[in-house]
Amino acid sequence: MTSPSAPPPPVVGGFTVPRVMFAVLLALVPVVMAQAIVFGWRALLLIAVAAGAALTCEAAALRLRGRAPQPALRDGSVLVTAVLLAVAVPPSLPWWLLVFGVAVAVLIAKHAYGGLGQNPFNPAMVGYAVLLVSFPLEMTRWASPGAGWDAITGATALDSLRAGLRQSYTMQEIFAGTAFGWIGAAGGEWINLAALVGGSYLLVRRVIRWHIPAAVLAGLALPAAVAHLLDPGAHAGAAFHLASGATMLGAFFIATDPVSAAASDRGRVVYGAGIGLLTWIIRTWGGFPDGVAFAVLIMNLAVPLIDRSTVPRIYGQRRS
Amino acid sequence: MNVHGGLRLENHKSRPLERPLLVVPPPRVAILALDQGSGEAAEPVVVPGDHVRLGTPVAAARGAAAAVHAPVSGVVREIGLAATVGGAGQCIVIESDGRDDREQGAAAVDWRALQPAALLAGIEASGAAGLGGAAFPTAAKLALARSAGAELLLLNGAECEPWICCDDALMRERAADVLLGAQVMLAASGAARCVIAVENDKPEAIAALRSALAMVGDARLALVELPAVFPLGAEGPLVTAVTGREVPSDGLPPQVGVVCQNVGTAAAVARFVRDGLPLISRIVTVTGSGVCWPGNVEARIGTPVAALIEACGGRAAAPSTLIAGGSLTGRVLASDRVAVTKGLNCILAAAAGELPARAAEMPCIRCGDCARVCPARLLPQQLHVAARADDAAGLARFGLSACIECGCCDYVCPSAIPLTARFRDARERQQARAAEHRRALEARARYERHQSRLAKQAAAERRAFDEARQRARAAGRSETGP
Repeated sequence: MTSPSAPPPPVVGGFTVPRVMFAVLLALVPVVMAQAIVFGWRALLLIAVAAGAALTCEAAALRLRGRAPQPALRDGSVLVTAVLLAVAVPPSLPWWLLVFGVAVAVLIAKHAYGGLGQNPFNPAMVGYAVLLVSFPLEMTRWASPGAGWDAITGATALDSLRAGLRQSYTMQEIFAGTAFGWIGAAGGEWINLAALVGGSYLLVRRVIRWHIPAAVLAGLALPAAVAHLLDPGAHAGAAFHLASGATMLGAFFIATDPVSAAASDRGRVVYGAGIGLLTWIIRTWGGFPDGVAFAVLIMNLAVPLIDRSTVPRIYGQRRS
Repeated sequence: MNVHGGLRLENHKSRPLERPLLVVPPPRVAILALDQGSGEAAEPVVVPGDHVRLGTPVAAARGAAAAVHAPVSGVVREIGLAATVGGAGQCIVIESDGRDDREQGAAAVDWRALQPAALLAGIEASGAAGLGGAAFPTAAKLALARSAGAELLLLNGAECEPWICCDDALMRERAADVLLGAQVMLAASGAARCVIAVENDKPEAIAALRSALAMVGDARLALVELPAVFPLGAEGPLVTAVTGREVPSDGLPPQVGVVCQNVGTAAAVARFVRDGLPLISRIVTVTGSGVCWPGNVEARIGTPVAALIEACGGRAAAPSTLIAGGSLTGRVLASDRVAVTKGLNCILAAAAGELPARAAEMPCIRCGDCARVCPARLLPQQLHVAARADDAAGLARFGLSACIECGCCDYVCPSAIPLTARFRDARERQQARAAEHRRALEARARYERHQSRLAKQAAAERRAFDEARQRARAAGRSETGP
């Protein structure tokens, strides 16, 4: 006769959810600093606005749902959403638009689905996508790097690449433009480098594992390299794609959100590779400045299917 | 090593192992749980007032329960419900006369001369059971191995729980017993060879076994060192670590040619053939900073836990929680009045802060750390969703039946979700439902039998009535005939 009444022995290991979230916030510090250096202090202001709005929305949502405000407010997850959205939008974005995006992310993408751990879509990317399709003008106006937010805005590197190719410029002509840096977007390549540094910290701390970032980067770099090899006049190479837009931020911080990612390691490789490939496709033939947000959301849609078809073979059972 | 996942845990075994094995005096009152840890109760064969000697059978084997023997000589006081290591259960209480009179005719067994069937019967009668914790009857396991033609006897000395070290102490001090037990079990099971598997964080035990192996000089016996990973001491992972074979999740090790026994069980079998004494004592680790002098003690089955703690200097001043078994797979004891069973390997008196308290449960964030450590290669997070929804198809697809309840997923979960407990609950719910379904089917069959009997009866009555009427008519016709 065994008694189920006795509580299990209280053993725990290392991480807790708040520790995971605050490690992510810490890893975002280089990205925030790079943005502030490249685009000016307004980037910092946007982060503060987003964080304030996110905490307010979270508290309101918890109240509306009849939940206790603690410990949910302290777990840090809503701050991660806020900072990710704030670094993804152009620093020239009016602050109230950012508040709107945060509200969509927290109230609809997160809490309408049941709060932490329940959202099938990455909340920050839902907020970003809603802003992008609702306010395309404000969302595509990036300040020229180093000029400050109120300076004349110009097209981003990804935009001018696409526009230039459409107008039959050669690659050399396009890459001579002001939007381009050494290997990627001017300024953007520094932000990508900062995200790579922060992401490496997360890898070393084992907050994230290699499967998703490696698959995203490979999924983007491989088709870019092959296309560039086949037709160098019409396609930028892998290095340009890796160092432009939200590539590193997406690979290390957005695609790695475990809640909306696939469950198993094998599933995560498929999920990440899909994000990389879709990002390249949207960048190459799509009409948006960058493809990361939509690539992530589309792969979020595919997660149930991926999870169903990548269940590891269970010990002592044949593959079903 | 081809076992997935697992945990490398900091171990807490050095303090109890500093001291040699300590023998706890026989209890004045022995409390023998009929369920010694296997989940099934043995059948009492004594009644209150009976006089028993040391080794007198007091409960007979039944199903997964081995026979239980008197650990002291004296008088059976009562048979009734009492607190046990597993919660509560029927117990036989024997008051000792302090003389330890032995059962007559108990003598060394000439096991080399015995036929396997007779040897198995002897082991069965000795009440030998899995001392690793499962307390499953040893003879039944060996007999199954014999009928399945298992070629390998795997002696489990892995002892991967971070606090338990009773097997370590045994291997250090009684390595020869382990090897003798191995030889007896080889003879009984028909296996061709024996591997003793020990985790490599036990160099003293390994050295003792090596020198004993050299003395015995039996080429069928070998020692394998394993990395110190939890839960390599669990049966499935152990078989895989040593042989590379996987035990089917709906089957047993003999299906892949292996029979597993704990090293303590082997030593118990050795004592049986050497002295003719049944299993009436075992080694228990008494540890944690809640006791004054942690150590390994040899205690009679039925000795109250309080006496073991007393033998180790008593409880330390600071309050502590008593846990039976290890810190990962054990269970919290409500009191120290429960008694030692064959399945009890460790008493952990954990002082406050010694085992970090479980944080408040948070929602799953699907981080996947649980899947990374699961030795059964399950996706505990997915299984948890299925368990919460009580979704039978999901539970089957995500492999509830393959869960060995090791607790690795609990340990790493950043949301502090008690996953193992949830899976255990889901399993119990399924078993309850299956039992209910069986009962319903039986009831329906009973009802149908009843209905068909009624119908048959009615038909027979109608037939009898019709026949009687026909006879009456015939009789009437003949009366009014010509």
